[in-house]
Amino acid sequence: MELLRFATAGSVDDGKSTLIGRLLFDSKQVFEDQLEAVEASSLARGDEYTNLALLTDGLRAEREQGITIDVAYRYFATPKRKFIIADTPGHTQHTRNMVTGCSTADLVVLLVDARMGPTEQTRRHATVASLLGIRHLVLCINKMDLVGWERKRFEEIRREFDDFATRLQVTDLTYIPMSALEGDNVVERSREMKWYDGPSLLHHLEEVHISSDRNLIDFRFPVQRVVRPISSELHDFRGYAGQVASGVVQVGDSVVVLPSGFSSSIEAIETADGPLNEAYPPMSVLLRLSDDLDISRGDMLCRPHNQPSIGQDLSAMVCWMSEEPLQPGAKLWMKHTTRWARALVKGLQYRLDVNTLHRDQQAAELVLNDIGRIDVRTTLPLFYDEYRLNRGTGSFVLVDDATNATVAAGMILRPTT
Amino acid sequence: MTTYRLSHLDALEAEAIHIIREVVAEFEKPALLFSGGKDSAVLLHLAVKACWPQRLPFPVVHVDTGHNFPEVIAYRDRQVETLGIRLLVGSVQEDIDRGHIVEHPTPGATRNRLQIYTLLRVLEEGGYDAVFGGGRRDEEKARAKERIFSLRDEFGQWNPRTQRPELWNIYNTRHRPGEHFRVFPLSNWTELDIWQYVEQEAVPLPEIYFAHRRQVFKRGGMLLAVGPFSQPTPRDEAPFEATVRYRTVGDMTCTAAIESTAVTPIQVIKETAVSRVSERGATRADDRFSEAAMEDRKREGYF
Repeated sequence: MELLRFATAGSVDDGKSTLIGRLLFDSKQVFEDQLEAVEASSLARGDEYTNLALLTDGLRAEREQGITIDVAYRYFATPKRKFIIADTPGHTQHTRNMVTGCSTADLVVLLVDARMGPTEQTRRHATVASLLGIRHLVLCINKMDLVGWERKRFEEIRREFDDFATRLQVTDLTYIPMSALEGDNVVERSREMKWYDGPSLLHHLEEVHISSDRNLIDFRFPVQRVVRPISSELHDFRGYAGQVASGVVQVGDSVVVLPSGFSSSIEAIETADGPLNEAYPPMSVLLRLSDDLDISRGDMLCRPHNQPSIGQDLSAMVCWMSEEPLQPGAKLWMKHTTRWARALVKGLQYRLDVNTLHRDQQAAELVLNDIGRIDVRTTLPLFYDEYRLNRGTGSFVLVDDATNATVAAGMILRPTT
Repeated sequence: MTTYRLSHLDALEAEAIHIIREVVAEFEKPALLFSGGKDSAVLLHLAVKACWPQRLPFPVVHVDTGHNFPEVIAYRDRQVETLGIRLLVGSVQEDIDRGHIVEHPTPGATRNRLQIYTLLRVLEEGGYDAVFGGGRRDEEKARAKERIFSLRDEFGQWNPRTQRPELWNIYNTRHRPGEHFRVFPLSNWTELDIWQYVEQEAVPLPEIYFAHRRQVFKRGGMLLAVGPFSQPTPRDEAPFEATVRYRTVGDMTCTAAIESTAVTPIQVIKETAVSRVSERGATRADDRFSEAAMEDRKREGYF
């Protein structure tokens, strides 16, 4: 069974919780005791109906204030796939949560109220999804029951959003007319909207082709640990532990070690279950080389004729996640693959207005939830690829050295030289 | 022709191994919480695989409430022996005897909350800076929002409002002296995944996870074992013998059995797949106290 990770987002009251509640409930992932607890809480709060949002609002502050603070992860499975949902909160200022949810997602489900059409927030969420390299976007036009199940309204919204989406890098855009409350086109096809001949949301999630999304071309293996067991029967054993970030590696392949530039070849691909002939993402393996080389954590193995960019200067889009604004000159920690380096933010090229995609080159700083393009210099060389081509080697986080807080998510852009 | 696709179990395993290796690489002194329950059994199995062919380079810690199922303690000792790993036991009973914590006067009262003191004491004495736990996000609503790398302050407390964003598979392990991380490699696993993995990998479990005959009594709709720490009171119905198994393993005082005939992981998977009650709801009195029971205990430093 294959795993599909998706993120959901939408504005307040557009029915996202109802939709998730229905996916979980219809796939029998909500248990009776959980439903009873929700019914009891709804009653105690004076809600007029069983508030399915309470299934996902986990923290007391969230229930008390009736808002969702944090990304919540939900799980369900059908006979075809196992799903992990990153449910991101709806209010305007939570780009940070959307970025977090998208960072591990294959697909994003955006909800739109059929009466309102796409809002500023719909565009913001779609932009973030596109920046985070999401290839599959599903726009659920919800509450179709409140617009008389009208095809005309659906088509209007679709045209409007199509115009906006041409400026994004989403390759697969799907529109589904729906009523999460009535269950139309969530799991079962709608009886009310005979004019729609596409799949229900669940059917789409089960069938959407994701395995080509991975980069199986450029072999990149960030070394996590050097494993040298101290025992008599294994005294010559030296393996490099890590997760294949991209590409495929086979026994006998010639490889280059970065940063040293030494060459060797793959002697063996080892796991606790026995040796393998090849490894691919996201497998966690141990590689043994045919030569004894000086290799440590943070180094990278790749193929001689397919190497990443190597350098200390890079340009990246960042989402700023701290209350303290980012200003040029800031010195931070950066974690990229398995490597930590110090990073100096040399300049802010522009702040991106995620609603209009306008680039504000006059911006002097990035504040919480802003997205912008920065130039960074690092103390150590990094082995990186453009994020759009390689999530594993194109992403990084920035960490404040006073508080140790994670303050930015970074996506590396193509080197300009 | 190979499709270069991993099954969902292999993808979850690869993720967990990556997490465990990050901890071993970036922390000074890790430890693993091992209760003998199925989640910690799977966690230990994954840790052994992640470190292979090295021996596990860190100890396992068990907080012994003194109210455990004897089968679970025997299983714990067998596993430690077979795998050749170091076990540290923090005894709640000893902390009670020393007067550091005070037990509720009711006989057989739950020691669930008392564990927090003992756990934090053992972690502090050992100076552990990263502690693996078998928590899963599908277990409970507060857990659904906890990070894989979850920072605890000097008092061992979790602060949900100041959690760091966690992106891609890049984990920020930086912390101040005195702070530590709880790390949950099974965050994305469900109860069903655990059982499928137990089946796939033949992970040994305590025998009480499978159907067996046992003296039980009903309290508050739950089936509790008759044992040294849990006796029916005059208000309870008379005990009877039933064929039961456990879905979770905690103290005998607060962990309930379910009626079942499943004696193999496959049979358990079939029952789990059609179950209509969550595992904690069905079997744990400790989570039923209040809607925010788990959140409160986590804030205080619970697992």
